[in-house]
Amino acid sequence: MANDRVVSPTPGVRRRDHAWARPLIFLALLVVLWDLIVRLFDIPPYLIPKPWDVALAFRDEGGRLMLEAIPTTIATLGGFALSVIFGVGTAMLIAGFKPVESYVYPLLVFSQSIPKVAVAPLFVVWFGFGMTPKVISAFLLGFFPVVVAGVQGFKSIDPDMRDLIRSMKASRLQTFGMLSFPHALPAIFAGFKVSVTLAVVGAVVGEFVGSNSGIGYVLQRSIGNFELPTMFACLVILALIGCVLFWLVEVVERRLVPWHASQRVDVVATP
Amino acid sequence: MQARHLRTVGAETTTAAAQEPRRRLIDVQGLVKIYRTPDGDVPSLQPLTFDIADGEFIAVVGPSGCGKSTLLKLIAGLVPATSGSIEIDGRQVVEPPDDIGIVFQTPVLMAWRSVLRNIMLPVEVRKLDRASHLARAHALIEMTGLKGFENKFPWQLSGGMQQRAALCRALVHDPRIVLMDEPFGALDALTRERMNIELQRIHFETRKTILLITHSIPEAVFLADRVVVMTERPGAIAAIYDVDLPRPRRLSTMSEPAFIEIAKAVRSHFFAQGGID
Repeated sequence: MANDRVVSPTPGVRRRDHAWARPLIFLALLVVLWDLIVRLFDIPPYLIPKPWDVALAFRDEGGRLMLEAIPTTIATLGGFALSVIFGVGTAMLIAGFKPVESYVYPLLVFSQSIPKVAVAPLFVVWFGFGMTPKVISAFLLGFFPVVVAGVQGFKSIDPDMRDLIRSMKASRLQTFGMLSFPHALPAIFAGFKVSVTLAVVGAVVGEFVGSNSGIGYVLQRSIGNFELPTMFACLVILALIGCVLFWLVEVVERRLVPWHASQRVDVVATP
Repeated sequence: MQARHLRTVGAETTTAAAQEPRRRLIDVQGLVKIYRTPDGDVPSLQPLTFDIADGEFIAVVGPSGCGKSTLLKLIAGLVPATSGSIEIDGRQVVEPPDDIGIVFQTPVLMAWRSVLRNIMLPVEVRKLDRASHLARAHALIEMTGLKGFENKFPWQLSGGMQQRAALCRALVHDPRIVLMDEPFGALDALTRERMNIELQRIHFETRKTILLITHSIPEAVFLADRVVVMTERPGAIAAIYDVDLPRPRRLSTMSEPAFIEIAKAVRSHFFAQGGID
């Protein structure tokens, strides 16, 4: 790690100017391709709508969809916040205490094979309609990536580094605050990024099974009515929510771990 | 002159101590280490008995896996001895002593801390007085040629400079003893020679007691007052050589007959056993 050198081919400033435009150009290409395929193969609009129809759906229903996006976003953020708190906490316990690791970790992995989409209706039975089942569903999907990333981060400390800080007679709290936690942060943020996009999925699943609001609810209803343009508009909004949240996590990451290899933009050559 | 402000404790006594026979600082008696593993006991060190005088530079050479690093960890109080004892200044080592600084083979600098904050880590962890140690850190930075790089991050430094920062960190709380576990093993040959000369100078200026573990016979003979040669695992002491070459030694010292003779004697132990590394 100490000898890592990251050399960016272009200076950081220039790279940032163009970085955000590239995926947009690619996206525009994909939309054109989509339109061409629908026209060329004469696909009926009840299977795949034309991009223009989706745009029209946005014009007619955009305002309502934006309003419906609010509860979905709140549920996502709630589930993600719980994932952060409990995920990092669980990772700390698993990495810090051998018995917790041997008893809890295997069960946690085991529990991940249960399809959460299938148990989501149960939350409606337990917690009723409304926000709670959505938040819990988002939490269940977002929790595990944080734990896995956190455990990996906390456990990947160089043994020499541990010896070093132990030779200074560091307390457990000092070792955690000065070594384990900052060391684990890059890995934890990698987990956060996976978690926040999965939390969107979790929130939508929650809205599928027990809600009368949110994008997930509109999505399901529009499938039922064969309103495909509306449904595609919903998908676009969900993707946007995921992208914006992902980007926000990345902004926080750049603030908190500017030192990590993935964030370095300049290299200072030394004799 | 530099030595005076680097050695904050007992600066006056160093000249007096030089005239008297040197005091024994580290005393190792019948030290044995056996690692208990699920596959059975793995003996790492056979009974070792030796001592290190105050201000002495000791180098330990031995084949890979002979327990050199274990010896260092035992003295640092990081692993418990199976039997036997280690005393530092008459006090039994049961936990990491305050009077020790360690340099490992890799610099193990914290990537999220600047060079200066890495060097100040022991001061923070041990809750020592910040102001006086900051001045000391700056003096060490000056001495090791890191001036101007205090606010850089470790990854912005070359390997040799990182290791110098690690050395500063080991010295910042002014320990009497510095333990070094193959500190220059990962450096290229030229940097390594430069670091050897610098380490000799630092030893001369600070009068620290240094235990250096190394693979390199020339490095051991060049730097040490005494060279401890260890056997293959389980490690025991094969021989201890006095190196009475005059100081300061230069790179040209390495081609002098007296140097070659000692190096040859040390090397003969490994040819009998089948080589070093």
